[in-house]
Amino acid sequence: MAHVWRMIAQRLAFGLVTLFVVSIIIFGATELLPGDFAQAVLGQAATPEAVATIRRELGLDRPWAVRYFDWLFGVLQGDFGTSLAQRGRPVTDMILSRLGNTFFLAIYAAAMAVPLALTLGVLVALWRNSLFDRIANSTALSAISFPEFFVAYILIFVLAQSGYFPSMARMPAGADLGEKLYRAFLPALTLTLVVTAHMMRMTRAAIINLLASPYIEMARLKGMRPSRVIIRHALPNAIAPIANVVAINLAYLITGVVVVEVVFVYPGLGQLMVDSVSRRDIPVVQAIALIFAAAYVLLNLTADVISTLSNPRLMHRT
Amino acid sequence: MGFLIFLFWAAITLGVAMAAAWAFRAVATAVTRGETQRALRNAPLTASFGMLVIFIYLVVAILAPLIAHFPEREVVGSQFMPWSGDHWLGTDALGRDMFSRMIYGTRNTVGIAFATTALAFLIGSVFGLLAATVGGWLDQGLSRLVDVMMAIPSLIFALLLLTIFGTSIVTLILVIAVIDSTRVFRLARAVAEGVVVMDYIEAARLRGEGLVYLITREILPNVTAPLVAEFGLRFCFVFLSISALSFLGLGIQPPTADWGSMVRENATLITFGDITPLLPAGAIALLTVAVNFVVDWQLYRASGLKE
Repeated sequence: MAHVWRMIAQRLAFGLVTLFVVSIIIFGATELLPGDFAQAVLGQAATPEAVATIRRELGLDRPWAVRYFDWLFGVLQGDFGTSLAQRGRPVTDMILSRLGNTFFLAIYAAAMAVPLALTLGVLVALWRNSLFDRIANSTALSAISFPEFFVAYILIFVLAQSGYFPSMARMPAGADLGEKLYRAFLPALTLTLVVTAHMMRMTRAAIINLLASPYIEMARLKGMRPSRVIIRHALPNAIAPIANVVAINLAYLITGVVVVEVVFVYPGLGQLMVDSVSRRDIPVVQAIALIFAAAYVLLNLTADVISTLSNPRLMHRT
Repeated sequence: MGFLIFLFWAAITLGVAMAAAWAFRAVATAVTRGETQRALRNAPLTASFGMLVIFIYLVVAILAPLIAHFPEREVVGSQFMPWSGDHWLGTDALGRDMFSRMIYGTRNTVGIAFATTALAFLIGSVFGLLAATVGGWLDQGLSRLVDVMMAIPSLIFALLLLTIFGTSIVTLILVIAVIDSTRVFRLARAVAEGVVVMDYIEAARLRGEGLVYLITREILPNVTAPLVAEFGLRFCFVFLSISALSFLGLGIQPPTADWGSMVRENATLITFGDITPLLPAGAIALLTVAVNFVVDWQLYRASGLKE
């Protein structure tokens, strides 16, 4: 077991390094600003005195590295600084309530998408080149090509129009789980549809890839039923590619969430980010970008660990 | 009952699309000669449908001022007028003609997406080929930089950069191009890596050829095929991300007609059962599907697989 823990620790350390560099990029990007932060906040017409005051207030007169580590240590303690647009309001305050909503939506969508996509992917691989396969494949290819907001508005047009589901996913404070699930159904369904298409195609490709291996041929020659060949022989070896597929698509959810939250006016991080971008509220955008990037890095890391664990050959590769 | 009607219309649309694709292929094989003709004759219907759609979009983009009845940015009626003989698709939230804006949108949206993809390819392949050819610290440095940039989801990264630089068409093109060039870099470098170790490159090096000659005359011709196929796929991604940003109100800015922002501006109509705002979104989807069909066919041809 020792080497397993060592491998996981290694990957975690590597992920931390990545996150550290990502945080430097996210923070450092503001340095690319022509002029500076204070100028950008106040606009062209600002007097030099006003700019100087803001600069002192924001600590912009200190060197870059000092400000970066200040920010980083703040972040590590859960303090993302204060918003520029709503003077003095801590960013953590603005984010915290929405963070839960976004995670709720992402998990909701994942809980629908993952089983659906894997089942469909296995079925399509099983009946490949059949009519079902062709229809599923071309539908998936089209669904991938659709912008998320197109899918969302079609769902609103079909399902919300006729009054089955609300098109505005406002979350009342004291809603119980059932109520929340009902209200967030359309945004979750949109994400599910978009992600399922990707995931199904990748699962199909992963399984078909495996079906070419000799031991599958052997199992088939022994006269085993095709369903048993797939479930008992192909699937366990497909865990690594499938874990990858799932992680990649969950990471993809992160970007999908932004657009979908805006369409359905869902009170999540994505919507806050879009609002903050148009208000040029840099600290808020930085904080949310860091959270999304961390989730993204973590998901990729998990996929990596799972695929290594499922394949002993990868484990002993030095 | 509603479902049956939907199925009926879907079947009719599919039939018309297939007939159009077939006719397009027939015309295309009639006017071309030699290699192109042979390739086109064997094109599947999906691919010829894709080519037909791309062709129509091109024509519409070029002839936009002739097709549209009304100017792109002028208020020509009251708000949200229904479909009529004058205003084929009604008017938008400000009273501008929807149909004319759709037509001009072809030019703006597709044109900007194309320019961005081309720029992304220029940046990505130049650095990718350089990294593969020069190797050493340049390769290491560029590759690690790209790794880190790819660790941030691209839409999130784009939003971050747009906050900093503000939203205008030029920054939009630059930001998306730089972010997407990382993917092109990966591919160009990987493909070129396989070419660089070939004997003829070694020979050229020993002849004393310079870096520019090596890249443009020896390596580039051997990596074009995968890069061209990637261009189609990248175009789809760029097109979708620009549309998404425009939809979020952070991409192409009004009053420029653009499909993404047209959806956003008129979205309220959907809740009243009017499908007009779905049309620009559908136009985006149709072009992406078409490009995907053509790319699929090209990849299949390039892979040399025969069933």
